[in-house]
Amino acid sequence: MRVVVAQHAPSLRERLKDAAAVACVALLLGVPMIGLTTVDQGGALHVATRWPVLAIFVTLCFIGRLLARFGLDRLQLRRRSRPAAVSALRGTGALTAWVGWSCLGVALALPVIFSDNRYVVDTATTVLIYVMLGWGLNVVVGLAGLLNLGYAAFYAVGAYAYALLSTQFGWGFWQALPVAGAFAAGFGLLLGWPTLRLRGDYLAIVTLGFGEITRVILINWTDLSNGPNGIASIPRPTFFGLPFKPDGDTPTFASFFGIEFSPLHRIIFLYYLILALAMLTNLFVSRLRKLPVGRAWEAIREDEIACQALGINVTNVKLSAFAISAMLGGCAGVFFAARQGFISPESFTFNESAIVLAIVVLGGTGSQLGVVLASLVLVLLPELGRDFADYRMLLFGAAMILIMIWRPGGILAKREPTLRYRALSRDGGGP
Amino acid sequence: MMLELRGVHAHYGPIHALRGVDMAVQVGEVVTLIGANGAGKSTLMMSLFGLPRASAGHIIFDGEDITGLPAHAIARRGIALVPEGRRIYPRMTVLENLQMGAALADPLNFEVDLQRMCALFPILGERRHQRGGTLSGGEQQMLAIARALMARPKLLLLDEPSLGLAPLYIRKIFQTLRELNRDHGMTILLVEQNAHHALRVAHRAYVLQHGSIVLAGTGRELLASAEVRAAYLEGGQVR
Repeated sequence: MRVVVAQHAPSLRERLKDAAAVACVALLLGVPMIGLTTVDQGGALHVATRWPVLAIFVTLCFIGRLLARFGLDRLQLRRRSRPAAVSALRGTGALTAWVGWSCLGVALALPVIFSDNRYVVDTATTVLIYVMLGWGLNVVVGLAGLLNLGYAAFYAVGAYAYALLSTQFGWGFWQALPVAGAFAAGFGLLLGWPTLRLRGDYLAIVTLGFGEITRVILINWTDLSNGPNGIASIPRPTFFGLPFKPDGDTPTFASFFGIEFSPLHRIIFLYYLILALAMLTNLFVSRLRKLPVGRAWEAIREDEIACQALGINVTNVKLSAFAISAMLGGCAGVFFAARQGFISPESFTFNESAIVLAIVVLGGTGSQLGVVLASLVLVLLPELGRDFADYRMLLFGAAMILIMIWRPGGILAKREPTLRYRALSRDGGGP
Repeated sequence: MMLELRGVHAHYGPIHALRGVDMAVQVGEVVTLIGANGAGKSTLMMSLFGLPRASAGHIIFDGEDITGLPAHAIARRGIALVPEGRRIYPRMTVLENLQMGAALADPLNFEVDLQRMCALFPILGERRHQRGGTLSGGEQQMLAIARALMARPKLLLLDEPSLGLAPLYIRKIFQTLRELNRDHGMTILLVEQNAHHALRVAHRAYVLQHGSIVLAGTGRELLASAEVRAAYLEGGQVR
């Protein structure tokens, strides 16, 4: 949402009045919350007052509001003075590509640089899971423009599919991956079918409900999912059949390559596995974008009626977006289950859906690189904020608000065209 | 006969918008439908695509009853619509908009058709990498027409193409329609409030009032008709 400011710069008087109003609210709230406190006097509770602290608090609110207003106004002025047409036309394609390739380079080198730091590789793996989820959700939200608040459901379906296939039927990671993906795609169709006619708020509510229903079923259908206790000892992925474990009777990864066993091998292998899966997702989605089905996704986001008049089957296009997005989420879920070795409905709450959606929106809906940058921000901020203990989520929220003020359309709001012609002369020129 | 409507009724919820419309479009003709605001012109156009579906009567296109078909299936029979308010894809480039228009066409024709559209509307060629939403209203209208033509339709429908355009662009658009019909034999059904331009370009015309056809004739006849002149050309007041 954009802050609406008056055309003229507010006078000092107006600013002071505005800040005084905020200070009044702070005072009102502050009396019970800060001004009064309970003290323990010989076993009985008494109410004591802390007026000086309250005075400091209200003063801080007053000054803070004054400064914040001033800063926001300056920002608005600067933005308004910038010509809009230039930013719309300025090509950022080369820069985006360059940043993208650099990110991939860093990602490939990361476990080598931090080969003895388990924490870094683990965190990077988490980032990559969110990147993959973000790219998957981007198909529905960013490209097709259909809001989905229940994406964690597909993540859960993939994870549970792998957990059950492996613990009950002894399937391996690579066998289960496509099956679980297809299973999640089926769930995508299941959600897509009844919601075809819905848009915007109504679609958001139904998808939110779908996400919660899936989680509640996982909690209550104990015969299938073992309820809130979750499923434990899920087999870890192997390196082409070579397990990552200390030397035993059968050949292991370490014994096969004649190296010393280290628990880090598996961490690094998992990291490269999710990197490969994420890159496959990226390749898949950016290829699809250039195919008729992908173009139709974007066209549906832009104007559904126009699409129908051009002979596009809106039903099929929407369902394909739901199914493919769900499949990618399911594949990420398979990886998640294999990495954790234990899953429970706790891992697939609404919070998870919200974070993935935040990644897509923050990154700039439809932008592939934006998703990467947003995942970095959203996963690393809480990690870096650990020193701030209880204030961690406060910082997290503040950072998100700041980003949305700074870039209302997401970090990378620019959409890359899928078709370019250098010249339109008689000789044409290939796409 | 390219398109025939037989006693078509349509409802928007409780509103009875079309009350038994009969009309016909012959191959190679330009037919215009004029009428005041709320007469049901746009409803008629959209109900050809089944949005809303005709509640009674028949729509026959190219000898086939298309009344109950879904919109995309009707478009695939060879009808292209330039919708009211243009409805181009604002965040997609001019080229991508044209590509969407060709979604049903043979990909082998794409290059040739693209050249054709850029010859028809040179400004589109110049602005091919610009986002549709950054074009001016007149340019967007040209893009909407070019997008519809990319499908190589048998019948081109236009819903108020002159809406909100500068006189210069209006002239250009009607000029193009005349050329398309004369040089390429395109059959056109045009819905307009700008009766003056529309009747001059039309071979035949219908006047729609309160959901039914009240007058029909050649474009020239209607231009000369006292009723039409009074209602749609001079005062704009219905007698």
